[in-house]
Amino acid sequence: MNSSNGTAEVSAEITLSAHELSRSYGGARAVDGIALELRRGEVLGLLGPNGAGKTTTMQMLTGNLAPSTGSISICGIDLLERPAAAKARLGYLPEIPPLYKELRVDEYLRLAARLHRVARGRVADALQQAKSHCGLMEMGQRLIGALSKGYQQRVGIAQAIIHAPDVVILDEPTVGLDPNQIRDIRTLIRDLSDRHSVILSTHILPEVEAVCDRVQILHRGRIVFNDRIEALRQFRGAPVLLVGFRRAPAPEEVAALPGVGGVRRGPEGMLRVERSGEADPTDVLVEAAVARGWGLTHLAPEHASLEDVFVQLTRQDAPEAMQAAA
Amino acid sequence: MIRLIALKELRLLFASPLAWVVLAFLQGFFAWVFLSQLQSWLELQAQIAAQPGAPGVTEWVVAPLFATATIVLLMVVPLLSMRMVAEERRAQTLPFLMSSPVSITQIVLGKYLALLLFLALAVGLIVIMAFSLFAAGRLDLGLLAANALGLLLMGGSFAAVGLYLSCLTAQPLVAAVGTFAVLLGLWLINISTRDPDSLLHMLSLMRHFENFAKGIVALPDLAYYLVLIALFLFLSIRRLDGDQLRA
Repeated sequence: MNSSNGTAEVSAEITLSAHELSRSYGGARAVDGIALELRRGEVLGLLGPNGAGKTTTMQMLTGNLAPSTGSISICGIDLLERPAAAKARLGYLPEIPPLYKELRVDEYLRLAARLHRVARGRVADALQQAKSHCGLMEMGQRLIGALSKGYQQRVGIAQAIIHAPDVVILDEPTVGLDPNQIRDIRTLIRDLSDRHSVILSTHILPEVEAVCDRVQILHRGRIVFNDRIEALRQFRGAPVLLVGFRRAPAPEEVAALPGVGGVRRGPEGMLRVERSGEADPTDVLVEAAVARGWGLTHLAPEHASLEDVFVQLTRQDAPEAMQAAA
Repeated sequence: MIRLIALKELRLLFASPLAWVVLAFLQGFFAWVFLSQLQSWLELQAQIAAQPGAPGVTEWVVAPLFATATIVLLMVVPLLSMRMVAEERRAQTLPFLMSSPVSITQIVLGKYLALLLFLALAVGLIVIMAFSLFAAGRLDLGLLAANALGLLLMGGSFAAVGLYLSCLTAQPLVAAVGTFAVLLGLWLINISTRDPDSLLHMLSLMRHFENFAKGIVALPDLAYYLVLIALFLFLSIRRLDGDQLRA
């Protein structure tokens, strides 16, 4: 499902670039010398645990926070030197959608368009487009304060894209939504990448897999991983098998099977079976379970969780991780 | 852009009942003062008309109305200005303005313009009330204009102070109380001064209105209000600018 529509060509125009970006709060470095680059048509996932510096980074990229050091340019326009010109090409949805609850959806979006310098005659068109894009066609006359959380989030996205910016920056756009809404918003973000380039922050790994072309993982203000989404999959390693039996054998007995690297106890009496090398122990497990009457009840690959990836990325000083960050 | 932000602020101001309640309260209160002054003038007119240099209807009815209005605005403007920035902070809507191609100066001026337009409306209603006297006689238009200008400048100063205090906090109520305290302080700053040449007289908000009340538009008074307004607008811009550095 990911990268379905034209993963950004390497030759595509660079829409956003940031170098040596740092930000300190008091003595603490929230963001420490990170670099970002975004090309037209690309969806970049900014991934990281809470407090990793995602929001700080996005605030700097959108001109809400002055970086301590570093430079940012949007389509070649320096954000710090010519903020107005650069911001006109930006759309930003902060973590908490900046909505005026007393306004109607149409009023608010029209204001967003005019503030972002959409010409007066073009506002009606832009409004229609943004609304149809975000599934807000029926909602124009509703008060924003009276909308559900999901619709408010859509209004937030609509205000970020109404002026057809080159770069759209979305800070945790699916937080607090129900699964259907999350799916809608993800589809919407994929659609956006046709015309805009998107930076998206999240701490949910499947979300990144679903919508992003490229991932940068932040940890304690540093980038510990920066590569295409396929590389992240490899980085997560071969899946572990989660196996359940009605009459569970001793873990040692399972560990002795060919192709099995190691066995650990899993949840609810199940076993986590690791691979040894490239071999896939699935067939062996099934045959052994039948032959020895273990009564197989569950057999499924279990991907490493984001937590595991983090542990991997932040614990090991693997040279590849370092290279990726460079 | 300034106009756009001012329109947005006015729209938000009038979306809440506060603005309507304030306007209704002002109008009701002023009407009451106006009518009671008018009644006393009607009762005394016969007696004082004979005297040379007797006060006319404008002096007797309109000037006290404006003097009362300054005190009422002192209490009301903090309620109008308190939400300007503090509410945006509280509701976290400030990024909407900060990430749009609008400078902080434009944001502050836009918000201030909205307050000024609201005050102009309130002052305008008083002026219209005074015009009703045309039905019965003649008005001293110069005196009326000086009073209206003075009141607008006074209210404008209140609004500038209120806007700055609103930039300092995320709690609208704190901004309102703070604004009221600062304004009352500036109002009464010279209250215990015996020396007529004291510098404190120069700083007093009330003192500078006295000339306007008499129909005199003097440069020092004009300058005082304009400098006060400019100072607090500048401080507001500085403060919001500093947010991006501090946050």
